[in-house]
Amino acid sequence: MRGQHILGLEHMSVADIERVLNTADEMKKVTKQDIKKLSTLRGKAIVNVFFENSTRTRSSFELAGKYLGADVINIAASTSSVAKGESLRDTLLTVQAMGVDAIVMRHSAEGAAQYATRYVKAVVINAGDGAHEHPTQGLLDLLTIRQHHGSIAGKKVAIVGDILHSRVARSNIWGLLKMGAEVHLGGPKTLIPKEMLDMGVTIHHRVEDAIADADVVNVLRIQLERQKKGLFPTPREYARIFGINDERLKLAKENVLVMHPGPMNRGLEISPDVAYGRFSAIEEQVNNGVAVRMAVLSLTLADGVQA
Amino acid sequence: MAQWLIKNGHLIDPANGLDDVLDIRIANGKVAAVGKSLSAEASDEVIDASGLVVSPGFIDIHCHLREPGQEAKEDLLTGTASAAAGGFTTILTMANTRPVIDQAIIVAGMKHKIQTDAVVRVEITGAVTKGLEGKELSEIGDMAQAGARAFSDDGYYVNDGRLMRAALEYASMFNLPVISHSEDCCLVADGVMHEGCVSAKLGLKGRPAEAENIAVSREIMLAEMTGGHVHIAHVSSKGAVDLIREAKAKGIKVTAEVTPHHLCLVDKTIESFDSAFKVNPPLRTNEHIVALIEGLKDGTLDAIATDHAPHAYEEKDCEFNEAPCGFAGFETAFSVLHSCLVQTGQWNLQALIHKMTAGPAAAFDWKDRGHLSVGGLADLVLIDPKKEWIVDPHAMLTRGKSCPFTGMEMVGQVVRTMVDGKWVYQDGKIIRN
Ligand SMILES: [Zn+2]
Repeated sequence: MRGQHILGLEHMSVADIERVLNTADEMKKVTKQDIKKLSTLRGKAIVNVFFENSTRTRSSFELAGKYLGADVINIAASTSSVAKGESLRDTLLTVQAMGVDAIVMRHSAEGAAQYATRYVKAVVINAGDGAHEHPTQGLLDLLTIRQHHGSIAGKKVAIVGDILHSRVARSNIWGLLKMGAEVHLGGPKTLIPKEMLDMGVTIHHRVEDAIADADVVNVLRIQLERQKKGLFPTPREYARIFGINDERLKLAKENVLVMHPGPMNRGLEISPDVAYGRFSAIEEQVNNGVAVRMAVLSLTLADGVQA
Repeated sequence: MAQWLIKNGHLIDPANGLDDVLDIRIANGKVAAVGKSLSAEASDEVIDASGLVVSPGFIDIHCHLREPGQEAKEDLLTGTASAAAGGFTTILTMANTRPVIDQAIIVAGMKHKIQTDAVVRVEITGAVTKGLEGKELSEIGDMAQAGARAFSDDGYYVNDGRLMRAALEYASMFNLPVISHSEDCCLVADGVMHEGCVSAKLGLKGRPAEAENIAVSREIMLAEMTGGHVHIAHVSSKGAVDLIREAKAKGIKVTAEVTPHHLCLVDKTIESFDSAFKVNPPLRTNEHIVALIEGLKDGTLDAIATDHAPHAYEEKDCEFNEAPCGFAGFETAFSVLHSCLVQTGQWNLQALIHKMTAGPAAAFDWKDRGHLSVGGLADLVLIDPKKEWIVDPHAMLTRGKSCPFTGMEMVGQVVRTMVDGKWVYQDGKIIRN
């Protein structure tokens, strides 16, 4: 995978996904060690360019790079620099001029990471492009499921919530389908495009049907401004009809795994008892996030060579 | 003035029902004779058009020349040069310039500049509402008297139904059409591409075809109510074709156009996130294309119009969401349609030429255009139907170097363009007379 851009899971091969997951299993051991530093990426420079704030993803990439021995810098290219007339292209050309080996990029525009590959010779890793994809989140979710259930193939995975605006949902859908899972989407009609059927998923508007007998329930964040846009009437109604609570979770399999990409609106899409309950893998996801990003960086920058 | 005898060309003149190897003589800026084996007069310059198609000059009833105000994108010089290279001898430019063409004085200023800068005939569209703001009617009558040939807020839908009703009533007093950019703004919201499987997958916000259908259906009802002539710009949806067909059957005064890109490109191309494919209305799916072709064949769609909308390459080179809509269309229009529809056997050359000549002329009642009648204007093109070429925007005369057809192999190209009895374009070059 050396030199390969990581733009999304739609076009990533099953073999590459497996390679990342296997490497991430190894990397996870490193994250549990006392001394976490490897020298795999010593002398490599990685820049995190985040046009959208995300402490979680940014620090996960930053730690991953540092554990691998790379030099990591962060550029907080907020939308204010865009307001100053600095275009995405200008920022990319600046990064390119610095001669980094990898650029990890988060941007609100779908396709932004792909656009970056036109200007940047470095490996481009998509850390979320609008509502399109968030491949490392998809991979860490796959890793979490595989660790918990032993395999992904044949499992029923429910993805619940605002699918329409979710890059996490799209990366999950592609990754899960490729690995042989059954994907069921649940949520209000206004938040699930019916055309997603074309991707090979099943759609439910009774959230109970989506999570019935599920091995995994992946709950997505609901953004409250969607309500103002008329996509659902009130947060109260959403929580009552679509929220994942203990009662509803009983419909799922006994050893169900509950995931959430964070940050959560507790009491809206997920009730606190579920978020902190015994089925929750939410903390494990954060840990796996670092491992997956270490795997992706080492595979694309150094053939995954170990220290 | 030079006299020309164009011999042995395949003359296709749908308005006059001609489709044969014929000679044509041009004298005093007029068509002097059309017939078999015309003998050359002493002062004739003879052109052998064997193997070439001779057609009336194309008429484009929808384009953006960007002058006044956005000359970095295009101006009358480059825009009309590009039009001539594409075989267009008459073009109708839209009002969304800076300032907006919403007063007689701006129409007059444009007409003046056209006389010095343009190499083809340029007709002017006035805005329906002041500043294209959709709030107050602009001085439609005043602009009509200054020479505006149609009215449109193209780029925007006139959201206020009462205003659109008034525009249709008012313009009908001057026998001029109101051109509607039909899209329900609320339903379109901030969509950037066709809403469907591809938008669902990419996460890009969608513009549903229903937004067009709903808007078209209001325009049809208002045309029926007012007796005014509404022309639907760039029809892109199956639903709109169906509605227009029904309206025409009822005798409602509605005409419509379709663009080459809506006939030949689908939304799937956007999977590359290439902003060259970003256009308004958006590229849709094959199902819609089939309906559009059907609409052309049965007369529901009157004309092919380019919606030539040049932007500086730099401006299009950004995130898909941020890129402006549209691209240059004059120089690829004929070749794209010939390659995608005629060469593939889906359509025939005669019908294509009809929709680029007599069709648009009839839609807007421009009786002097779109035909090669003896005594009529000598606006014509020579087409090499076998010429193979590859689209390279940098070789084009327009300033708009972003083009969705870049790199595509074409069969057929316009090789010469005559306006008013004078060659204005020949072998890749503009001739300024
Ligand atoms: Zn328009």
